[in-house]
Amino acid sequence: MTTILCGPSETICPSARIDGDSLWLSAQDMSAATGWDLKPEGLCRGDLCVPLTSRQTAPLQRDGAIDAAGFWRTQGHPVVHDAAGGAWVLGSSASNRASALQSLEAPDFELPDLAGRLTSLSQHRGKKVLLATWASW
Amino acid sequence: MWQKLYQDLSAQNFTVLAIAMDVPDAARPWIEAAKPTYPCLIDREHRVADLYDMVNVPQAVWIDEAGRIVRPPENAGAMDSLRYRDKTTRQLPDDKLTERDRIKAAYVEAVRDWAIKGSASAHVLDAATIRARTRLPDDNVATAHAHFRLAQHLARGGNTDEAKVHFAQASRLHPDSWNIWRQGAAKDATGLAATPEFWARVDSLGDQPYYLPIDMKGMTPGA
Repeated sequence: MTTILCGPSETICPSARIDGDSLWLSAQDMSAATGWDLKPEGLCRGDLCVPLTSRQTAPLQRDGAIDAAGFWRTQGHPVVHDAAGGAWVLGSSASNRASALQSLEAPDFELPDLAGRLTSLSQHRGKKVLLATWASW
Repeated sequence: MWQKLYQDLSAQNFTVLAIAMDVPDAARPWIEAAKPTYPCLIDREHRVADLYDMVNVPQAVWIDEAGRIVRPPENAGAMDSLRYRDKTTRQLPDDKLTERDRIKAAYVEAVRDWAIKGSASAHVLDAATIRARTRLPDDNVATAHAHFRLAQHLARGGNTDEAKVHFAQASRLHPDSWNIWRQGAAKDATGLAATPEFWARVDSLGDQPYYLPIDMKGMTPGA
């Protein structure tokens, strides 16, 4: 059983096959875990499509499966996993983070309170928000 | 810390959104004791620190009605008090206690000014100043956040040994982040990561601050 932590989501992918630093997923699991959909033109999210049949030395598609980790790295994003390959983090690149911050639009997020109720930053649109961090430690 | 401010100002189209860079069980007693009426969210994987490139607590961001940042992440009213604590008792001398209270009060007053005046507040920064003051992550920082997230996931599942490996990787890649280091560090009996290792790490800062001073009108006496 493989868990993929990507963006705001945490997805268990029964189809995952681990081969070293490759993470092979069915198109369905790829979509559920990452939001990227397999289409004839490549992997697509929204209006953006990235072809999979380019000059990559290692193929990203094999027998209907997609190497999610390989694809993630080609997009410049960090990929880390535990020794057994049971948990993978598909992170976000520094340039993505930096351009979001440089736009001055506050990056949105959704987090639970102690009771598990989810609250997002964007649901406070229309108010001034003091986003204040703290910790017990 | 923010409850009175929130009560006074919630009618001014203002809210506090508190984010605990913490696990729920550790944050719970603090929230239950403070009984805040503003939202208090739990950020186990420090997602907000990743999105906003935050490195310590308390830090805060001011976000206007349109969802735009008007002050980037900065120290939210803390004096760099660790430097002035007695080496054995860890107590602050009286003059530094006064200074600490003054800085906190000045910060809260600035938030109040903004909540009331909005974009007309003298504390709202122009776009060029915000961009100049915004820390931007590099590749190491981005990878550090991925390791940290994996570490918290593994720790939650009880795999503490392997979690330690990824906490250490995260801290090595992003040494400026006290959030990462302290969350992953051993805690003392009171739940604080204020162990000899912590104080050694603070001492190794040399002349560098633990909390950056707040660059804001009214923060420095006479300014």
